[in-house]
Amino acid sequence: MSIIEFIKQPWHWSVAGLIIGLIVPLLLIMGNKSFGISGNLRHICAACFPGNVSFFKYDWRKEIWNLVFAFGIIIGGFIAAYFLRDPEQVVVAPALAASLAEQGITDYSNMVPTQIFNWDNLLTMKGLFFFVIGGFLVGFGTRYAGGCTSGHAISGLATLQWPSLVATIAFMVGGFISANLLVPFLLNL
Amino acid sequence: MIKEKSTAKDKADKINSDFEVRSLDTTCVNTSELPMPWYYQLKYLAAGILFGIVLVKSEVISWFRIQEMFKLQSFHMYGVIGTAVVVGIISVFLIKKFNIKTIHGEAITFSDKEFRKGQIIGGVIFGIGWAITGACPGPLFAQLGTGVTVIAVTILSAIAGTWVYGKFRNNLPI
Repeated sequence: MSIIEFIKQPWHWSVAGLIIGLIVPLLLIMGNKSFGISGNLRHICAACFPGNVSFFKYDWRKEIWNLVFAFGIIIGGFIAAYFLRDPEQVVVAPALAASLAEQGITDYSNMVPTQIFNWDNLLTMKGLFFFVIGGFLVGFGTRYAGGCTSGHAISGLATLQWPSLVATIAFMVGGFISANLLVPFLLNL
Repeated sequence: MIKEKSTAKDKADKINSDFEVRSLDTTCVNTSELPMPWYYQLKYLAAGILFGIVLVKSEVISWFRIQEMFKLQSFHMYGVIGTAVVVGIISVFLIKKFNIKTIHGEAITFSDKEFRKGQIIGGVIFGIGWAITGACPGPLFAQLGTGVTVIAVTILSAIAGTWVYGKFRNNLPI
C-alpha cells in the first residue's frame, strides 16, 4: 500500500484529535491567535454589511488572519475531496443506517447526504429547515454563546475556561434534543 | 438631553463591542504591534488547509457522524473532540510553563472568558442547528470545499443568523 493510499483511508479519531489539538498551539505560536471559527461569521458581517449595528462596528481587518484561516479550510476540503478521496462508501453505525433507511436516506456516496443537501431541495420544506433555518441557528447560536466547537469546546477547554465547559454542555444538550426529536421529524417533511 | 444620552450609549456600545471582539468572543485577543507584510498571513492559510484536510479525512464534516454522536451510536466524534481537548490542554500548559513566545518573539497571552447566560441559551440554539445541518462553522467551510455547493446557502444563513443576533443582542438576556 502506497503512502497516498494509506492517507486516503478514513483517519482514526486519535489522529484527527491529535492534529486538531495541535492547531491550538500552532496558531498561538504563529502569532498569538486563539483557535476559533465562528468569529468569521461576525467579521463577514462587519466587512460586508455592518448596517448601523454597534456589534459590527469594529476594525475587522485586525481579524483578517481568521478569514484567511477559514479560506484555508475551504481549500483543505477541496484537496481532501479531490486528491485524497476514499473511493469506498461512507460507513455508519448499523442502528443509524436502519433508522435513516426508514426515512428514505439510503445514499452513502458522500459524507454530506446528497438526498438532503442538493440544490433541488432548496425551495422545499426540507431545504428551508436543513439549510436555511439550520444555518441560521448555527450563526445565531454560536455568536450568542460567544463561540462554537472550536472556540469553546477546544480552545476554551484547552485553556480551562469553565464558561466554555458550560457552553459545550449546552451544545450537547441542544444537539441531543435536535438529533433525537427534531431531525427524524424534519426528515419526514 | 435624550439625544446626548443616546450618543453616550452608542459610545459605550462601541467600546463594549471592541472589547468583546477581542476578549469575550474567542477571536484573537492581541493584534501584533509589529508591522507585518501581507504574506505573513499565508501561514494561517496553511494552518487552515491542514485543518480542512483533517476535518474531511476524519469524517468530522460528515452529517452522519454528527447524528451518530448525538444518538450515542458511535464513539468517533467523542474520540476526536476528547483527544483534541487533551492535546490542547497539554500544549497550553507547556506554553505557559516554558513561557514560549510566538515565532515573531512576542508573548503569548490568554484571556479568561466571562460567564454569561448566552453561553447556555445560545449554546442550546447552536446545538439544535448543529444536529440539523450536521456541521459546526469549521466543517461548513470544509463541506463547501468538498464541492457540495448548496452549503453556501447554509453559510449565508449562518451569516444572517449572526447579523440578526448582533442587531437584537441588546434585547436578549445577556
